[in-house]
Amino acid sequence: MRAGGGEAALPSKQAGAPGGSGRLRFASGTRFAASYPMSIAPSTTADRGGPAQPLLLVQDLQKHFPIKGGIFGATVATVRAVDGVSFAVRKGETLGIVGESGCGKSTTARLLMQLMAPDAGHLVFDGEGVGEHAQTGGMSLKDYRRQVQMVFQDSYASLNPRLPIEDSIAFAPKVHGVSDAEARARAREMLAAVGLAPATFARRYPHELSGGQRQRVNIARALALQPRLVLLDEPVSALDKSVEAQVLNLLVDLKEKFGLTYLFISHDLNVVQYISDRVLVMYLGEVAEMGPVDAIYDRPAHPYTQALLASRPAMDPGKRRMEPPLTGDPPNPINPPSGCRFRTRCPHAEAVCADRKPIAADLGEGHLAACHMAAPGSGHSRAGRLAA
Amino acid sequence: MSEVLERSAVASTVVPLVKMRDVGVRFVTRDRTVNAVNGVDVDLAAGEVLCILGESGSGKSVTMRALMRLLPRFAQVTGRIEVGGRDVMAMNEGQLQDFRGGDVAMIFQEPMTALDPVFTVGRQIAETVQRHEGISRSAADARALELLELVQIPSAKRRLAAYPHELSGGLRQRAMIAVALACKPKLLLADEPTTALDATVQIQVLLLLRRLQEQMGMGVIFVTHDLGVAGEIADRVAVMYAGKVVEEGPVEALMRGPLHPYPRGLLGATVHPGMRGKRLTTIPGAPPSLETAPTTCPFQPRCAEAEPACSTEIGPAPRRPVPGRMARCVKVPAAG
Repeated sequence: MRAGGGEAALPSKQAGAPGGSGRLRFASGTRFAASYPMSIAPSTTADRGGPAQPLLLVQDLQKHFPIKGGIFGATVATVRAVDGVSFAVRKGETLGIVGESGCGKSTTARLLMQLMAPDAGHLVFDGEGVGEHAQTGGMSLKDYRRQVQMVFQDSYASLNPRLPIEDSIAFAPKVHGVSDAEARARAREMLAAVGLAPATFARRYPHELSGGQRQRVNIARALALQPRLVLLDEPVSALDKSVEAQVLNLLVDLKEKFGLTYLFISHDLNVVQYISDRVLVMYLGEVAEMGPVDAIYDRPAHPYTQALLASRPAMDPGKRRMEPPLTGDPPNPINPPSGCRFRTRCPHAEAVCADRKPIAADLGEGHLAACHMAAPGSGHSRAGRLAA
Repeated sequence: MSEVLERSAVASTVVPLVKMRDVGVRFVTRDRTVNAVNGVDVDLAAGEVLCILGESGSGKSVTMRALMRLLPRFAQVTGRIEVGGRDVMAMNEGQLQDFRGGDVAMIFQEPMTALDPVFTVGRQIAETVQRHEGISRSAADARALELLELVQIPSAKRRLAAYPHELSGGLRQRAMIAVALACKPKLLLADEPTTALDATVQIQVLLLLRRLQEQMGMGVIFVTHDLGVAGEIADRVAVMYAGKVVEEGPVEALMRGPLHPYPRGLLGATVHPGMRGKRLTTIPGAPPSLETAPTTCPFQPRCAEAEPACSTEIGPAPRRPVPGRMARCVKVPAAG
């Protein structure tokens, strides 16, 4: 059961996005809270905002890392890892985030998990401001983390090597007040759910498992708190192809079984296309393009998305490429180019691209592209053609 | 005997560039024994690109290192390895030093660990040239500049004085290719050179390697786990499983219709565009541990099409249903 077909956009009486953020490029709220399947299995925590309320609303998220230098440790430069990212994760969907290394996709995941504090930006989880006071309609970080869990790329580094996997899985429920016996019972149940026989595996240590099995343990651990949103940061990138397919199938099954919402981060365009309902393309800390998966893959509007898709190796030796779609590496996020950050590698760059940052142009059905060519009247000579 | 004759008919060259026969590698330590490679035959004609495709632990990288005699001392290597008609197994240390970098060069997945961090890129290239060709330092420096231009590093002159950490991932990989090509090797071994790169950079490096291979007429053995990469660069593909080559053939034919169930499963498990909403086919189970060398078909425990003959036939013996294609599976007809 997949969400986000794009039909029947419910008129969303969107919970007023807590104001304050001036430059909502991808003003999420109303535009994104569109369709969503009505048969979501009830999670432990009741759905508060209703189906039209996005599960997670991200507004103007920003994280800059200072680079210190000199004798006095003055800030000499800033890595603009995530620079004003806004989007919404709808209930029951899988939102894929793609981009090259250094584009800020993993930093985004860590900010969403609140593993590091953002410099600016708001998170609204099912209508409640994350980390805000309960009296002002907020939810505590502890409550938030109970409902949002994460699976990391490195399956070995993310498990405690000294704990049997059963204890690793039971750890978080115990922190949240579940009794030891119940937490263990739940851990075994979760192991069974991810396809690892509890009798065989529960008392094993991480080093006694293969990479695919360890990643299943990580998934089980993430699900042990019965979360509503799971952040998957490159969950299959370190796995062999045959194991990757097993884990992807498992993720699809678990989503249906537990009524989960996924945020799936990957650099693998084929995997993202397979698993996602909507896709967000990041470039140098900003959102380049976002929309339903078919719109992004069939009608990419941003030149970066086009190049990224054209860079996929052809599975057919008869269709080999002769020229690379892009030259050069992604520029350094320390001093990103002015205006449009992609302009230094873009074949269509014009003066306007250096002068002004493109505003996301709406191409319909929630398909947005931050490119001057997609925005009519932007001053770019090719403007409007793609939007038509 | 007949096997050799058949193969030379396919390769159609007098002396193949690489000829490996029944190569085996065993790692023996106090704790355990791993039979990493179990009877591999590889032929490569001059100017040909062979992709060795396999998952982690299939023995693909170990095969390459055996070819260059780069394995540690506790590795027991058996079989015959010839490069350009010379017996690699019989070479002494001095001959090996001339051989490595001169006749054969290798590029690796992680250029940051393959390049020396305390020398500039230019120096590392020039050093290789000086060592093998005995030319003056200034002549070697000039060659280094030529090579950086050859691998399309922008503002090459400035980059000569750069240390590896000052370059981006893509440029570093190009610099490593420049070091490898410094002495115009006849054979280039590439061990997952594009795996750590971003998509837009990976395709650039693949196209660069293909162009250089055509220009210089090198033979290339390219190890990868990525079917798409093989499709982009290979002439022929050899699929390895549990230290054996289970199937080999021209890239188009193999990608269109693999004969062996393992590459068939691998192809089905690889996510292609247009598979949305469909369930991915998987290969159940995991590869064998290789503590003992497999005698019968190593894929049989995971194979959906296994039959009693699979666990009795030793090998299994290679089948060649069509010229140029080989599969080690009892269900493939012996000859067409």
